[in-house]
Amino acid sequence: MLSLYHYLSLSTLLFCIGIFGVLTRRNAIGILMAIELLFNAVNINFVAFAKFINPQGLTGQVFTIFIITVAAAEAAVGLAIIILIYRQHKGVEVDKINIMKW
Amino acid sequence: MVVSLKNIFHSALFLVLCFFSVAGIYILLSAEFVAAVQVLIYVGAITVLLIFAIMLTAQLYSPSIKQSNEQVIPGIIIVGTLLIVTLSVLRRTSWRISTEGIEGQSTVSIGKSLLTTYVLPFEVVSLVLIAALIGAIIIARRE
Repeated sequence: MLSLYHYLSLSTLLFCIGIFGVLTRRNAIGILMAIELLFNAVNINFVAFAKFINPQGLTGQVFTIFIITVAAAEAAVGLAIIILIYRQHKGVEVDKINIMKW
Repeated sequence: MVVSLKNIFHSALFLVLCFFSVAGIYILLSAEFVAAVQVLIYVGAITVLLIFAIMLTAQLYSPSIKQSNEQVIPGIIIVGTLLIVTLSVLRRTSWRISTEGIEGQSTVSIGKSLLTTYVLPFEVVSLVLIAALIGAIIIARRE
């Protein structure tokens, strides 16, 4: 039987992989994909706590659904910004984008 | 795989695999509705958006473009430290595990609580979603 510790370890591992992706990717779309991994890790945490700590209430699962919705909105806005940057710079490498430096 | 492959299209496909695995984890945690939402929204919508953007922007099939920057070694060190610290903290914490099981279908009670207890956040998040989508269209619109 899997315990809470196993789920939390899996979520920690996924979170660390996502942070590694955010730190090392050069492509902006790759960074967005790594952020989706982070969201998934947090959602696993919420659902695991909802099952193991408070099985009667459904707060964890409802909150997970809200997080998924906000993640969808975030992905849409982020990809629109990336497409706009690509039109102006002909590239999506984040270390070449320095228009906000002065 | 998602964070280390050179071809970003392949890493998007591995992201789909990861989303399906997380949906399986939700089913193991007896949260069927969340698993269905995960498959519908992440696999159905977000991945399609990502692949669409990759097709629009990235120069595919050109392995000369480096996909990772010079921070791989410090990144590994930082992430490894974070992993070790978090796992040791998780190991030492004693959680107040509840022993009672989940009764019945969670989907029915999620639907009821979404429209009674959480009706205000529900409406707010729908407003946020529509505003974000309209904003995305306006940002990406060609002048």
